[in-house]
Amino acid sequence: MRLLALCALPLVGALLAGILPNARTGRIALVRLALLVGIALGHWALVASLWVTPAPSIFGGWLEADALGLVVLTVTSTLFLATAIYTVGYLQRETPRGGSLFVSAMLVFLGATTVVSLSQHLAMLWVGMEATTLAVAPLIFHRHDRRSLEAVWKYLLISSVGIALALLGTFFLASAQPEGVGRPLLLPDLLAHAQALHPAWLRAAFLFLLVGFGTKMGLAPMHTWKPDTYGEAPSLVSGLMSGALTSCAFLGVARITEIVMAAGLGPFAQPVLIGFGLLSLAVAAIFVIGQSDVKRLLAYSSVEHMGLLVLGLGLGGVGAYGSMLHVLNNGLTKGWMFLVVGNVVLATGSSAAASNRGLVRTIPISGTLLVLGLFAVTGSPPFGLFLSEFTILRAAVAGGHVWIAATMLLFLAVIFVGMAALILEMALGSPAPGQRRVRESGWLVIGPIALAALVLLLGVYIPGPLNEILTRAAVALGGTAP
Amino acid sequence: MQTPLMWVVTATLRLIWTVRAASSPQGAPALVLLLVVLSNFAVLGTTRLSTCIRALAFQGLLLGVLPLLLASSLSPHILALAVGTVVVKAIALPWFLRWAIREAAVRREVEPLVGFIASLLLGALAVGLAFAVAARLPLPEVRTELLVPVSLATVIIGFVVLITRRKAISQVVGYLILENGIYLFGLTQAESVPFLLELGVLLDVFVGVFIMGIVVFHINREFDSLDSARLTELTD
Repeated sequence: MRLLALCALPLVGALLAGILPNARTGRIALVRLALLVGIALGHWALVASLWVTPAPSIFGGWLEADALGLVVLTVTSTLFLATAIYTVGYLQRETPRGGSLFVSAMLVFLGATTVVSLSQHLAMLWVGMEATTLAVAPLIFHRHDRRSLEAVWKYLLISSVGIALALLGTFFLASAQPEGVGRPLLLPDLLAHAQALHPAWLRAAFLFLLVGFGTKMGLAPMHTWKPDTYGEAPSLVSGLMSGALTSCAFLGVARITEIVMAAGLGPFAQPVLIGFGLLSLAVAAIFVIGQSDVKRLLAYSSVEHMGLLVLGLGLGGVGAYGSMLHVLNNGLTKGWMFLVVGNVVLATGSSAAASNRGLVRTIPISGTLLVLGLFAVTGSPPFGLFLSEFTILRAAVAGGHVWIAATMLLFLAVIFVGMAALILEMALGSPAPGQRRVRESGWLVIGPIALAALVLLLGVYIPGPLNEILTRAAVALGGTAP
Repeated sequence: MQTPLMWVVTATLRLIWTVRAASSPQGAPALVLLLVVLSNFAVLGTTRLSTCIRALAFQGLLLGVLPLLLASSLSPHILALAVGTVVVKAIALPWFLRWAIREAAVRREVEPLVGFIASLLLGALAVGLAFAVAARLPLPEVRTELLVPVSLATVIIGFVVLITRRKAISQVVGYLILENGIYLFGLTQAESVPFLLELGVLLDVFVGVFIMGIVVFHINREFDSLDSARLTELTD
């Protein structure tokens, strides 16, 4: 029942927000925003209740909140709540040309990510994933100018081709399943009869699903849409994409990894995952250096973290645990950073480093959060990402892959230098003449502050129930608890 | 026009030869699949966008007929799949693409990055490759052995169109051909995947192309051209 409500609530909300007359100010606009925040809150409360008492699966096992799904759902819901509150402040300052479509598309996005997180049927997971792609398109396109047009076109075309390959991979997976052995494409049945799956088809399915969902994650070399899209989309949309959408795409990769591991094809899959992981780290390290726009910088940082996620999966052992923890940390941190960058853009009209100096003085709260976020996003203690990256590093050393550990450290160091150079330049120094201190609206800072607090908390303390869920997810992925 | 046509004929002959070598054709489904490949070549070899879209509509029609020919028995599920496919792929999407061309006043030529002869050659290569790969794969139980190679060939040709055409709308055509190839492969699993999901897939494709069409429309208005090669402001 709760699972059904989780999926239906955002979609009903989207419908209601769409029906309301298209007004940018006044009471109707307020009602629409109240709807957005209300549904985000309700969704989050339902997800929280899943942590207390698990819900039974519904629709003959098609929807179930298992450990992997619950982690992704929690990130998505938390990030969405913070973003929804931020949106209230954002829409007071900016009026996207999309009008009422903006709120509706956000809610459809939430519904689609929920379907992806909960679905145990791989074809349904695909349908949900494609729906997330489509829901985000109008959000990127909100300015209707040349640059956002180019961004949305690249995003749509590359993602659509990627997701089409994932569909082919899903069909390959169905072909791998012998007739009459378990229900088709249902995860529990696939896992139970993993040994009976046809290895040749399963390998093909793994590769196509990895490349397909990897495109949506933004793994190198399929990441080319990412800097353009994150750079042009409104910051809060970039935040939702780099925090929630990529986590959902990672869930798709994790699902097929789960099956491949259960089928005993680990030795085939793991080097591929490690390869994509290291390549993504390398690409991020190369392109982070010399960036001049903070949103594009964060996009490459997202490529880095996606690389770390699949690297952890590929290393196995405690690496799988590290990856699942990293999903949480990365999602929350990316939301935090992009919302803060959104405040920078609202204050100065640009996310380019050249037009932003001394942000700590002009917008003290957001400026400070930006500097703190730099350390969080590059994996410095005491933030959560340090812990998850360290766990992945441990997996590399424990597995005897010292050179992987060394390469990873090298790339992380380069990325830290590149990011610090740009962000510190923006935050410190003296503001441009005439640039005065701006009052920051509470709506715009409460979201990032809450996310920052959570990332900090995850860095110093992992609650018992969370540890249990992460362990279960890691075991499902063929790994172990640290 | 003379040379591309000749290439179509040669490629067809080559295909039929490959077909003869690879399998024993089994009547109607084999014929329909052959026509699917021909419609792919029609898209590769034509200079006019409207012909591309007509070929695409024809392909959609063939794709709608196929489940009827392949199914062991006529169930409501298969019938609904056939109707849904024809409505989306043969009627709605071609109609919408034609609307986009007319409203945005797109020039009619295709403007490929590589010549027509080269694209047709690539198409022939794709067919050969698809048959070679399919021969090595353990094939699922289906009515006709042609289904998997033709589906792979269609996927590759979709890719070729996507990569070698400059106009945004031709790229949408390429994406749809790619999607059609995947649909063909999906037919091997038609009996085991529930109808609701197939509906979801069709709907996703439909909405996807719809949004692409709207973007194409705006690209044309902003840039006075549907040339996606002009989308180059965002680089590192």
